[in-house]
Amino acid sequence: MTVAQSATKAIDAVEERPARHGLVRYAAAKAGGALLSIAMVIVATFFLFRLLPGDPVRALAQGRNMTPEQLDLERRRLGLDRSLPEQFVHFVNQTVQFDLGTSYEYKRPVLDLIGERIGSTLLLTGTALVMAVSLGIWQGARAGWKPGSRFDRFSTAISLVLWSVPTFWLGLLLLMVFAAGIGPIPGLFPTRGIESVDAPDGFAYVLDVAKHMVLPCLTMVAVVYAQYLLVMRSSVLDEVGQDYVTTARAKGLRDDEIRRKHAVPNALLPTVTLVFMRIGFIVGGAVTVEAIFSWPGLGQLFYEAIRVPDFTLMQGTFLLITVSVILMNTLADVVYHVLDPRVRSA
Amino acid sequence: MLEANNLAVEFAGRGRRARAVDGVNLSVGAGEIVALVGESGCGKTTLARTLLGLERPTSGEVRYDGSALSHRGRALKAYRRQVQLILQDPMGSLNPRQTVYEAVAEGPRIHGLPDEEQVVAEALSRAGLRPPERFFLRYPHELSGGQRQRVVIAGALALNPKVLIADEPVASLDASVRGEILALLLRLRNELGLSALVVTHDLGLAWNIADRVAVMYLGRIVESGPVEQILTAPQHPYTQALLSVLPESPDRIVLTGEPPDPTRIPTGCRFHPRCQLLASGKAAAAGIDTACHSEPLPILSSAADPQTACHLTLVDS
Repeated sequence: MTVAQSATKAIDAVEERPARHGLVRYAAAKAGGALLSIAMVIVATFFLFRLLPGDPVRALAQGRNMTPEQLDLERRRLGLDRSLPEQFVHFVNQTVQFDLGTSYEYKRPVLDLIGERIGSTLLLTGTALVMAVSLGIWQGARAGWKPGSRFDRFSTAISLVLWSVPTFWLGLLLLMVFAAGIGPIPGLFPTRGIESVDAPDGFAYVLDVAKHMVLPCLTMVAVVYAQYLLVMRSSVLDEVGQDYVTTARAKGLRDDEIRRKHAVPNALLPTVTLVFMRIGFIVGGAVTVEAIFSWPGLGQLFYEAIRVPDFTLMQGTFLLITVSVILMNTLADVVYHVLDPRVRSA
Repeated sequence: MLEANNLAVEFAGRGRRARAVDGVNLSVGAGEIVALVGESGCGKTTLARTLLGLERPTSGEVRYDGSALSHRGRALKAYRRQVQLILQDPMGSLNPRQTVYEAVAEGPRIHGLPDEEQVVAEALSRAGLRPPERFFLRYPHELSGGQRQRVVIAGALALNPKVLIADEPVASLDASVRGEILALLLRLRNELGLSALVVTHDLGLAWNIADRVAVMYLGRIVESGPVEQILTAPQHPYTQALLSVLPESPDRIVLTGEPPDPTRIPTGCRFHPRCQLLASGKAAAAGIDTACHSEPLPILSSAADPQTACHLTLVDS
């Protein structure tokens, strides 16, 4: 092998390496950042909820005749008699061992309670997210491709109106019209819960759940899809004026081909980030929507825990929600890195 | 080969109609390189876009190989194979998420050319990117400015066109790279018999590469002819002014007056508000100053011999 040949080989090797190593290093750095955030969240979670007014022992004892001695005993059982720093050390110790403690109210492990509820929350918010993202991206891409067109003005205006509507108001309105029924409109959909009391089996059960999902899902989609529409619209708008769109047209691509092959994939990048950030919020569900439609999910669990206040249950659900947001943000960064060759080498 | 006949393009905007191209005859013969020069806003880019079928003319027609350009889908697509575009900014004209291979292969793919990989490799090496395989998987941001512009040129060459329309092809490149890209265009003309219309505001560039030059002012061609003749002995006062600001020129003619506005084209000779010959009284001495103000000039033909749209030269000849 000549010197020149080996030199080119060496150059090739140097040129190839950074791409793969870069990704690993980048992901590791992001993961480190995420761990740091989670540690801070653990600290914040503990102290945040201690600021809430109300005494959990008193709240739990409501309606029952208990002597002050019995209350003290209960307080000791929950570990609330110890000093705040002691409680904190205990909490951190537990949490790093993936033990979220026992709920004051339910007297069962918080992890079990979360496990029971997480399925229905994921079902509702996951479906709503997929629908909102598809609707927003589709309309946003069309609106941004022909800005100022009738479709653009119409779809953007509607999405913004819905975005401005308060969730609880829209939810209650839908409940009134489509579940209770108004005038000639019969009550089409169930008012509450995830399944009927006399739920049938098999495919009929799936239909039953789907029927229960219609209104809560509709509410969630209507209120949030505007953000996907607007992000998609403005990023498509950015691509429309690019020279490569002109070049593609001059090569003979049809308008819809240019939109499909060039503008939309490039415009998707910012939307992908947004979607991943939103995936994190799926776990948190929508406290409002779950409360309105009595959806037995995590949001409702959290809502109930605040009323007590059930410290361990609140800490557990809150931690789960925040950690999933942090993890998804981190994943979004890494995915973006993989999708966009420009970020990859930077 | 490629011809514009009495071409006019109007844009409606804010109540006024802007006549970006206002009656142009221009032809590019086989194997000929024509430079279209003029200041920014004179309509040269609009003219180029219309020749490519990206803009519909308000009146007049584009002719290619003797037949008028149709804006119907299939005919237009067939036309695209013959006439290709090169833009100023190579970074912008390449999709940042496409590899070099994808960018060059796009044209052949939608036109259904066989042996895609071979076509791409050939186009890249013709554009001076050798060995082509080394560039296949590169992204635009990994290349230098000159390499990027070569990729853009390769993308055009992959369709095996007869005419290239280049809009300021080297304006965004470093001076050292500029020469290489120009040499490439000249080589392509010699090897493949390509014709080219090079749109530029740079007279030096026109001198270096063009056979013929057409000077555009406010939507119309005011002077055209063989490059040596136009650039050494310009007849039109506007061309004279353009040439006078080159570094080697002895005395400078600085144009006064407002920059031209295509929504308000002056009566008579469209250059008269800024004409240095009219201002210095030369036109009045020849007794044509009223004509400059009020008499419109005929539109220049697309003939190859030198011609000028100026009342003064009409009187002289």
